[in-house]
Amino acid sequence: MTVTPEKSTAEKSPQQPQSPASGADAVPKPGGAEAPAAKPPVDMVELTIDGIPVSVPKGTLIIRAAEQIGIEIPRFCDHPGLDPMGACRQCLVEVAMPGPPGPDGKPGAARQMQGPPGRMKPQASCTMTVAPGMEVKTQFTSPGAEKAQHGVMELLLINHPLDCPVCDKGGECPLQNQAMTSGRPVSRFEDIKRTYPKPINISSQVLLDRERCVLCARCTRFSDQIAGDPFIALVERGALQQVGIYEDQPFESYFSGNTVQICPVGALTGAAYRFRSRPFDLVSTPGACEHCASGCAIRTDHRRGTVLRRMAINDPAVNEEWNCDKGRWAFASPTVGDRIELPLVRDAAGELQVASWPEALAAAAAGLRGTKSAVLTGGRISVEDAYAYSKFARTVLHTNAIDFRTRQHSSEEAQFLASTVVATGPNGGATTYADLEAATNVLLVGFEAEEESPIVFLRLRKAFRRNKTVVTSIAPYASRGLTKLGGTLIPAAPGTETDVLAADAAADALSGARNVVLVGERLASVAGGFAAALDLAERTGAKLAWVPRRAGERGALEAGALYGLLPGGRPVRNVEARAQVAAAWGVADLPTDVGLDMSGIIAGAAGGGVTSLLVGGVDAADLGAQAAKALEKAFVVSLDYRPSSVTAYADVVLPVAPHAEKAGTFVNWEGRTRPFQAALSTTALSDYRVLDLLADELGVFLGVRSLAEIQREMSALGAWAGGRYHRPTTTASLVPQPAPGQFVLASWHLLLDKGSLQDGEPFLAGTAHPARARMSSVSAAAVGAADGDVVTITGPAGSVRVPLEVTDMVDHVVWLPANSAGCRVSDLGVPVGQLVTVIPGGAS
Amino acid sequence: MATTLTPILTKFWDHPQSWTLETYEANEGYQALTKALAMDQSALVSMAKDSGLRGRGGAGFPTGMKWSFLPPPDGGPRYLVVNADESEPGTCKDIPLMMAAPHFLIEGVAITSYAIGCNHAFIYLRGEVVHVYRRLLRAVEEAYAAGHLGKNIQGSGFDLDVTVHAGAGAYICGEETALLDSLEGRRGQPRSKPPFPAVAGLYARPTVVNNVESIASIPPILLHGADWFAAMGTESSKGFGIFSLSGHVANPGQFEAPLGITLRELLDMAGGMRGGKKLKFWTPGGSSTPLFTEEHLDIPLDFDSVAKAGSMLGTRALQIFDETTCVVRAVDRWTDFYKHESCGKCTPCREGTWWLKQIMGRLEHGQGDEEDLEKLLDICDNILGRSFCALGDGATSPVTSSIQYFREEFLEHLRQGGCPFDRDASALFAKETASV
Repeated sequence: MTVTPEKSTAEKSPQQPQSPASGADAVPKPGGAEAPAAKPPVDMVELTIDGIPVSVPKGTLIIRAAEQIGIEIPRFCDHPGLDPMGACRQCLVEVAMPGPPGPDGKPGAARQMQGPPGRMKPQASCTMTVAPGMEVKTQFTSPGAEKAQHGVMELLLINHPLDCPVCDKGGECPLQNQAMTSGRPVSRFEDIKRTYPKPINISSQVLLDRERCVLCARCTRFSDQIAGDPFIALVERGALQQVGIYEDQPFESYFSGNTVQICPVGALTGAAYRFRSRPFDLVSTPGACEHCASGCAIRTDHRRGTVLRRMAINDPAVNEEWNCDKGRWAFASPTVGDRIELPLVRDAAGELQVASWPEALAAAAAGLRGTKSAVLTGGRISVEDAYAYSKFARTVLHTNAIDFRTRQHSSEEAQFLASTVVATGPNGGATTYADLEAATNVLLVGFEAEEESPIVFLRLRKAFRRNKTVVTSIAPYASRGLTKLGGTLIPAAPGTETDVLAADAAADALSGARNVVLVGERLASVAGGFAAALDLAERTGAKLAWVPRRAGERGALEAGALYGLLPGGRPVRNVEARAQVAAAWGVADLPTDVGLDMSGIIAGAAGGGVTSLLVGGVDAADLGAQAAKALEKAFVVSLDYRPSSVTAYADVVLPVAPHAEKAGTFVNWEGRTRPFQAALSTTALSDYRVLDLLADELGVFLGVRSLAEIQREMSALGAWAGGRYHRPTTTASLVPQPAPGQFVLASWHLLLDKGSLQDGEPFLAGTAHPARARMSSVSAAAVGAADGDVVTITGPAGSVRVPLEVTDMVDHVVWLPANSAGCRVSDLGVPVGQLVTVIPGGAS
Repeated sequence: MATTLTPILTKFWDHPQSWTLETYEANEGYQALTKALAMDQSALVSMAKDSGLRGRGGAGFPTGMKWSFLPPPDGGPRYLVVNADESEPGTCKDIPLMMAAPHFLIEGVAITSYAIGCNHAFIYLRGEVVHVYRRLLRAVEEAYAAGHLGKNIQGSGFDLDVTVHAGAGAYICGEETALLDSLEGRRGQPRSKPPFPAVAGLYARPTVVNNVESIASIPPILLHGADWFAAMGTESSKGFGIFSLSGHVANPGQFEAPLGITLRELLDMAGGMRGGKKLKFWTPGGSSTPLFTEEHLDIPLDFDSVAKAGSMLGTRALQIFDETTCVVRAVDRWTDFYKHESCGKCTPCREGTWWLKQIMGRLEHGQGDEEDLEKLLDICDNILGRSFCALGDGATSPVTSSIQYFREEFLEHLRQGGCPFDRDASALFAKETASV
């Protein structure tokens, strides 16, 4: 990382006076940000609903217009996120349209819509759009509409089992509620109900009770329209119509949980939650998802100290009403039975023994004191925890050797983050979800949206469906996610992305009026990738955004958990920046060394230059080939809540709180703060509190005892307004040339894989996509393997054996899922972009 | 003055090879196409409007007006889709027409396509009638070979391809938007309107969907003039139509006559009621149209007169039932049809037909009470005009009209605890057995 701050701040307009790191979105700055595109004037339509005048944009559905004035029309199939269907007919209202204009040119008296003539024909308010002068009468003012709604409700219930007392949905069921508000008190149905065996699995995690289903098609429309996974469809007809799955296409959608949430009855239930609780016994806590950088607003529901389910919360700016299955269902890992509840200290015999907090803190302090320390925070911590690590490193350990990146990374990336990403936010003109939706073109590089940030994927799909946004991806092959975005692939072998970004094809993909380039963290594996992306953005005027995979990375960047940066994006080597931070922290000065990045820290620990490590939630497999040696050699203090490959080496393990038991803030890829509360009240401590105790033990007052204290300090410190680091100018390096039998390794994480946060949720794991190696037909022929054959991929450290899927992709490349069942790329001992050998055969 | 038959489409059905191109050409066949190709497209649309031809599929929407709803050409494709999914109980006009004289339809398709600027027309045929499918395919083949279809038709520069598509046997696919979904390879379920097919129909392109008989009527109209056509029929229901008499008549079959003819006249032409029995009830336009009784014998069978009398002209499917028939049983069986054919998309039709069938079945067996009749009427009230498409509406017609005219017969079932009728007496085989 080049650590010279830019000479003149005037060269570049000073950006973002306030950082998300301060606990709030960056504030608008006149002239600094791109002005939001002026919205074209909207034609408004005047009408009355139940006699109340209302003015809504042309094209608004009656049911939405009614909501504007607080009139709720009952509905089942209607959902604002889905295309109108008009199937359930529950939302029938009486409508009168203005008559033809009289001689004076004014519209005639409103005439009731009828059919057959003489009989009021109620209209479905979920499919009919407003018209000028329309007079709508809902169930509140029209006996006819009320009668129609009662009739539909009675019909909906004739084949419904009315098993509310044993139904998961009972208590929060739109059918139950609306049967009370808009139904007859007593059913006249005394004949035979349609029955089915119940429930049946439509996937390992979603169960279908066909008796309860009202056939509103919300689930099938969601899967088809929103997720692009039309793996469920209505089959059969009449009253025997039902949601069906395909024989050879399992319902393995990453978004299937949303169908359970939007089901207006208890027809779709989650396997993990079925029969576990009643809604009215649950305590709900709003929060943010900890799994990726999308930043979904979620709700955590617990009963008597056990988290039972999580739901998506409607946040129009971020996740709208959706989340992914990982965010919804992967919350069981803290409860699989191996929680570290008490501190552990390694005894003389080398065994970890339970210790009291004072003992453990004393042992940790003793081990750290006087050593050359370094800090690895991991990418999953809250911004407040990251801040505490950052402050601890600088004021207690007196080092800049701190890095949140426990994955492939580069100094170019750090420079890119410091120059371009840190201390930007939605209110300061940074790229947002709304920008993606409004974009003409979006270019993805080093980033598989569906796998690595699924809500970004959903928004891109919405943009593609609604606004015809053209998505282009620079990748080795066109993934299913890209296909669902109607996207175009610019094929690129790992390592060649830099050259591709510089080529005309990339610029051509950004020829529209509003362009966005999304770079993933994986671009760090390509020399010159970030520099080329910056060049491209400058050349085409495109907005550029960085999308990390883990939820805590962006916040850790803002908090200064990166060797060259102090909180708020302050360059470590800038005297004024250091002075600001030192003043805020009440210390005389801060370390001025260059610091170390993750690989430097591991190399240092392995080589002896670093003698102690403070490690947050990190998997040793993410630390590279020398991890074992480094962890073995150094004194390791590990903060974790479950035994891991790091705690296995740790000298002291200090237990910390998992996500559900702590409060804090994430910062999503946009730079938007995503606060979360503790769903469960336990004695577990968040990392910042443990660090504060440890600092006390080391005789330093860290001042991070509470969230409020940290947030106050971060807010007071604010974002750095001075000169930033220069943007990287790294050039491409030579790409390895595969010899016969050798292939360049390509890889990324699938959304559902062996990640430890997904532990303890077998139903979710049941829909993970199976591990497959991918090679082109030319490459497959070169090794003599056919589609479906097991192949063995070997690197210096080991091999993996997986079935081959011959894929339309670049030649001389083999792609593997990074951490799926039966395929862990870290076992190979080579990073992406390097060479591995592939041979046919081997037992999978 | 007694109405006389007007055999136009049915003129040469008795020819031994009535379906061939040769026979058709011997009967003015494809002369209208030649005439059309020399005309301005808009003149053809005007001609259709001027003739007063109303859609023969049941709803009676003016055909020429439907054509004129297409937006101006934008360079993209426009489609003509012929609705040949004739599936309504009692309706049997299109299938005999396509069987006996398929070239009327094909010539009509060519003329209409030319008029609306369509270069690819589709005939969506009910899947079960394989014999008709074969005959249509053969007729299309003949027309291609003779240069009436294909590239540069009759040297005019007009290209037209015709695809005959056999459906999979669903009544709902006779609903025009469900038909389009089915034709596109999806499940046949009706679409929300708007957009109407004229704006976004097949493959979301401007599309005209017309009934077989409507399209087949175009060549004679063009050849003989809109005035000739308009001179037939009544003021608001111009022209001729095929009346299909079935059931308890001496000589069931197709009777092509001007609209406005009465059942009394038609029954005379058909040799009267079977075995001289008394007419009990009849459908003017298929099972979806409310029943008529003897008192309606002199209602002119045109769109407005029938509507005024409380039913619909529909497809002129005159199902005749004599006094041996149990109306409860007949309606029960029709209701079973609607329950089976409801596509399931909307609640009133899906659940309502399920419920109606159960109640009707019970009543036919004498189980239930008088309250069930009120319940039936109220369920029908909750279906009619509340369902997504007209299928649900149609399901209510036989129920409500049968209770209207034959309430006492329903009650008699309840009093007797079963059906008071001899089932065999109403069956066709009763007569046949007697003649052995």
